[in-house]
Amino acid sequence: MPLLEIRRVTRRFGDFTAVDDVSFAVEPGEFFTLLGPSGCGKTTLLRMIAGFDLPDAGQILLDGRDLADTPAERRPVHTVFQNFALFPHLSVARNVAFPLRMAGLGEGEVKRRTADALDMVHLGELAEHYPHEISGGQKQRVALARGLVNRPRLLLLDEPLGALDLKLREEMQLELIKLQREVGITFVFVTHAQNEALALSHRIAVMNAGRVEQLDEPSRIYGFPVNRFVADFIGNCNLLEAEVRAVEADGLRLSVAGLGEVRAPAAEGCQTGERGLLALRPEQVQVAAEADPAWANRFPGQVRDFLYVGDVTTYQVRLDNGYTLQALLPNAAPGRARFHETGDRVMVGWSAQAGHYVREA
Amino acid sequence: MRRLPTWLLLAAASSYAFLYLPLIIVVAYSFNDSRLNAEWVGFTLDWYRVLLHDEEMLLAARNSLLIALVSSGAATLLGTLAGLGMHRWRPAWLPLLVITPVAMPEILLGVSLLVFFIQVLHLTLGFLSVVLAHITFSIGFVAIVVRARLAGMDESIFEAARDLGATPWQTFRLVTFPLILPAVVAGFLMAFTLSLDDFVITFFTAGVGVSTLPLQIYSMIKIAVTPEVNAVSTLLMLLTLVLVIAASRMDKGFMRGAG
Amino acid sequence: MTKWAVLSPPTLFLLAFFLAPALIMVLASFQYPGEFGGLAPLTDPGDGKEFGLTLENHAFFFSDWLFAEIFARSFAVAAASTLICLLLAYPVAWLIAQSPRRHRDLLVLLVILPFASNFLIRVYAWMILLGPQAALARTLNGVLAALGLEPVSLLFSPCAVLVGMVYVHLPFMILPLYTNLEKHDPVLLDAAQDLGANAWRRFWGVTWPLSLPGVFSGSALVFIPVLGMFAIPDLLGGTRDMLIGNLIKDQFLGVRDWPFGAALSIMLTLAVLSLAGAAAWLSKPKARAA
Repeated sequence: MPLLEIRRVTRRFGDFTAVDDVSFAVEPGEFFTLLGPSGCGKTTLLRMIAGFDLPDAGQILLDGRDLADTPAERRPVHTVFQNFALFPHLSVARNVAFPLRMAGLGEGEVKRRTADALDMVHLGELAEHYPHEISGGQKQRVALARGLVNRPRLLLLDEPLGALDLKLREEMQLELIKLQREVGITFVFVTHAQNEALALSHRIAVMNAGRVEQLDEPSRIYGFPVNRFVADFIGNCNLLEAEVRAVEADGLRLSVAGLGEVRAPAAEGCQTGERGLLALRPEQVQVAAEADPAWANRFPGQVRDFLYVGDVTTYQVRLDNGYTLQALLPNAAPGRARFHETGDRVMVGWSAQAGHYVREA
Repeated sequence: MRRLPTWLLLAAASSYAFLYLPLIIVVAYSFNDSRLNAEWVGFTLDWYRVLLHDEEMLLAARNSLLIALVSSGAATLLGTLAGLGMHRWRPAWLPLLVITPVAMPEILLGVSLLVFFIQVLHLTLGFLSVVLAHITFSIGFVAIVVRARLAGMDESIFEAARDLGATPWQTFRLVTFPLILPAVVAGFLMAFTLSLDDFVITFFTAGVGVSTLPLQIYSMIKIAVTPEVNAVSTLLMLLTLVLVIAASRMDKGFMRGAG
Repeated sequence: MTKWAVLSPPTLFLLAFFLAPALIMVLASFQYPGEFGGLAPLTDPGDGKEFGLTLENHAFFFSDWLFAEIFARSFAVAAASTLICLLLAYPVAWLIAQSPRRHRDLLVLLVILPFASNFLIRVYAWMILLGPQAALARTLNGVLAALGLEPVSLLFSPCAVLVGMVYVHLPFMILPLYTNLEKHDPVLLDAAQDLGANAWRRFWGVTWPLSLPGVFSGSALVFIPVLGMFAIPDLLGGTRDMLIGNLIKDQFLGVRDWPFGAALSIMLTLAVLSLAGAAAWLSKPKARAA
């Protein structure tokens, strides 16, 4: 039985449908992420799971029991808020102890478990400090300890890393993974940052305009986006309009307007004659002065621009048919910032196994 | 940081002087050994001694304190509820009802209560009518301070409390109330000061039944300027000084609430 | 359930002691005065005396220029007090807003403190300062005597009333102005300077228009109470300096013509409400942008 089941949940605010007939299930012990742009309905969904809001239609089940009549304080579900929501008038220890006290545990038990939780997030020494006296990263840890201390069935995290700076965010990502593995509690994580979602999750539900567009493991979301939105939203992607010419055993023959024939890996359920998109990641696209015989697809073009970001350089190459492709080249050799200059004539190519054909509904 | 032009500093300094000079003179003359508030003659505490033997003044002071205590206690309770309610449910009518008595010229509230007490309630003007009148205008001040405090707080901490297992009542007792307490205390001190100081509304609602310090001072200065008034003014200023400083220490929003 | 437990006590109290009295006043303004003060009955008591409703009180107001003159004088005094307060308050508010953050609370407290002392005491202070034996009046009259002119009285004059009004209400102008000026981003002034504006144009082009909401709310906080004030003209003014407040007070406590007093109060209320509405409308940024 899944731990959490969202069954055809809809939530409207006036004319606006924030969550539109969404269904999915979260398994015990999973690190599950709701990913999408702001306004996609992910936070509304999270608030309904926590009990701050109720669905207009559909059910939310925890361990197979409908939560509709259970108020927030009686759900075995805790939330880590975006801005941490620490009680400003309580010390770190008393913040962490809060849910234990609400559960009516004895003083000794409260003390012991609070201390354990603070040790778990390495904040033992700060127990008597107040929220305004500690740093953002420390607040984050207090919020986590407070959410985990009485071992809820489910921990909801609402963009918990959003308030931290980049360096700290990366550190906390590693810590979150480690923590979730240690405590074994199911996490439902909400974010709009795709790299965060890819790095942390067991599974991701990509949301857009109140619906789940794709639900899968991170590598499949990245490698095999099911539609234009997912391909575009997750990472950078070259999207080429294509028509299927032939479905063969070793792959597809596509016709791309102005470019001619392009070979691509096979895609499930694909029919000759249908139209779709070829999604090509920039790191799959090669750029060289001379074409490599291993490239099944090769086209001449001209370097229009490039962006050096240290480890890699992104090139914008304009093909002779007018398409502009992005290509990502690693700068593995030190001291070398670029292989090509703006205006250079180059060959662009990729293998028959690169890219992914996306069916357009 | 910009440098301020000299003329601006001078203008500001003279405004501050304009605010303080008259009060300093009142205090100084309360120690002046002369019947006339005209020039410095010598130091004396006589006017304070006169004050201590002025039975009417002492009675008025006792009335003022009692009225301030009762009315500010009630106004704090009602005003805190109003502040909480305005913040939580945002009913459109309540701010109008709470703020208008504060925003109108005092004389209007004074005369309408006078008519209401006599014509409708058939109440003999006195202690009770003054207390009711003072509660009416103090509620708004308490409510504004409490609401300002709530508005400055992060909504999600109340959700966090519920989320972590607190019932609505526990959330109020353990999170909301401790957090608004400084504003409640500041509101109480403010209501107390306002009641102690009020002249206009008391003037219309006290009748002959009860006298307060401001009424006593008014009737004295209406007749003649005597240094005894300086002495009672000095003491009253000292008291309100303490109250205002205490209130502003309690809650930063107090100053904004006062404006 | 909780909602009504929280909302009903303050609501019921204010309905009883604020709204009901206000409505009674409206009714009273259409009643006849009672024989010995108060109000005449609404229904016929059967003794041949006046009863019921009438427009006489409102008609009476328009029957004599004196009342219109008192209203006009009150508005003039309120306008003058507001303007003087604005001139005195702006430098102070500006200074506080420009001070280092750690000094601001203290400077604000220094503005609040005198305003926390009883307002009668503040008026009384000016009775001393402007009194005939005070240094100010004696110096002035000494100069006048040397010039062969008649001595003048500083106290019990329109000027004294104005000084009192400004003195009592000045903090009401300073505080909202400061609250507004404090929020201005100093970078805006740097930008204006960078773009070639001198100090004068930086003020009129940037600071002043941005401070208008503060100016309007401060003006309302001074204008409205001054309009209804009776104690200051009573104590500092002469017999010819009567304002609306004094007129209303006399109807209730002097000549005991309650219905006329009520009619005057309603007119004052309407004036105040329209002023407050105008100030609220002007303080909205979108109203100025339009």
